Amino acid sequence: MLPLHQELGGKLVDFAGWSLPVQYPAGIAAEHRQCRERAALFDVSHMGQLVLRGPDVASRLERLVPSGIASLAPGRARYTVFTNADGGVLDDLIVTNAGDHLFLVVNASMRAQDLAHLRAGLPEIEVIELADQALLAVQGPAAAAVLQPLAPAAAALRFMTSSTMAVAGIDCRVARLGYTGEDGFEISCPAAAAVDLARRLLADPKVAPAGLGARDSLRLEAGLCLYGHELDPLTSPIEAELGWIVPAARQARGDFPGAARILAELRDGPARRLVGLRPEGRALARDGTEIRTTAGEVTGKVTSGGFGPTIDGPVSLGYVRAADAAPGTALDLVVRDKARPAQVVPLPFVPHRYRR
Amino acid sequence: MSMYYTEEHEWILVDGQDAAIGITAHAAEQLGDVVFVEVGEVGSAITKGKTFGTIESVKAASDIFAPVDGEITAVNDAIADNPALVNESPEGEGWLCRVRLANPAQLQGLMDKSAYDQFVG
Repeated sequence: MLPLHQELGGKLVDFAGWSLPVQYPAGIAAEHRQCRERAALFDVSHMGQLVLRGPDVASRLERLVPSGIASLAPGRARYTVFTNADGGVLDDLIVTNAGDHLFLVVNASMRAQDLAHLRAGLPEIEVIELADQALLAVQGPAAAAVLQPLAPAAAALRFMTSSTMAVAGIDCRVARLGYTGEDGFEISCPAAAAVDLARRLLADPKVAPAGLGARDSLRLEAGLCLYGHELDPLTSPIEAELGWIVPAARQARGDFPGAARILAELRDGPARRLVGLRPEGRALARDGTEIRTTAGEVTGKVTSGGFGPTIDGPVSLGYVRAADAAPGTALDLVVRDKARPAQVVPLPFVPHRYRR
Repeated sequence: MSMYYTEEHEWILVDGQDAAIGITAHAAEQLGDVVFVEVGEVGSAITKGKTFGTIESVKAASDIFAPVDGEITAVNDAIADNPALVNESPEGEGWLCRVRLANPAQLQGLMDKSAYDQFVG
């Protein structure tokens, strides 16, 4: 894909060993709006794509995650996290029941650690890395119309479902999900065919390429966690407002790593919570910004922050003490040594528009 | 009036003791969409080579360095409301502030247009 990114004028940066476009000549804000208004094409081939195969693979994977995997119907995909013994998050991932195997998509930077974790935790399961598969994401309200002529079967997919199908004659796995808050698809295809497929998608005037910069501002407005920012080995999924990934049956069994902390936090509430923050002015409050109460007490830290092109203003995600987490709470963000007023707001900043 | 440029990609348009300061078209292009600008308040001193403000694009925050010693006499309120002006007209309506020069001799060390164009290649 690299020659295509260069041909499209992508500004490339090194990320987790990959050379990836941060933006194309249109710029991050225009690419962001393109995705919200029409459709954007992202190359997310750096994400780790794994196949898990073996006896009772779904129930065995439940040893490492707090979600229901055995209950996942064929063709369904589910968001979950690997937890550690202390209830912290080792990575977040999407698990798909692909019929005779599970298909996992994990973070690029955590791929090696995840592979080791899976192999150590599931010795009887074959863990295969699909190193020769690319991953293209078509996201936005026009995404379905873009895929229609190339893969008519994609229209039948609903949010968080997945199927193998031909796209422009190329054998692919297509899932209706994404990381932008918009309707859209992620298409896993052979790396050798990725440039051809990308060109076919880009030939549609409704589509324009978008880089990592827009991907980040889109997921931020959508209130979606980014590993290494909102999620890390010290942070529990409950603090991250991901309690919904732990179904009642798994809570009752309590048989996943870190269950003691996670169940206690589900019962009593966590000490700190992930919140959305809207600064009052236009100053951006980026990762690491200190969050104070209006009385001047430190209550937490921003984990992601930037400009939201759809909001047309600054937005931040951060952790604050549970007592300060209610929407409407006035807090201060300390940017360049100056306390600046902000308000806790409900997430997401921009409503999700998934096709359920 | 004379226009000077710095290695930190600012311009300074000098008219006697007074000057306007902004960032160059090259800098604006590199930064991408500007979404926030903050410079010192009117009446505050700026010191050559020291930062006196911040310019934020969607991508990153960058310091603004003072090209000369002086005192801020005005800030551009138009860019507070519409930071995109810095991209649309970096060397015109997207000016950042006006200053009263403390030491006009410092201008000697700055670049003219052709030297700056060569500097950015």
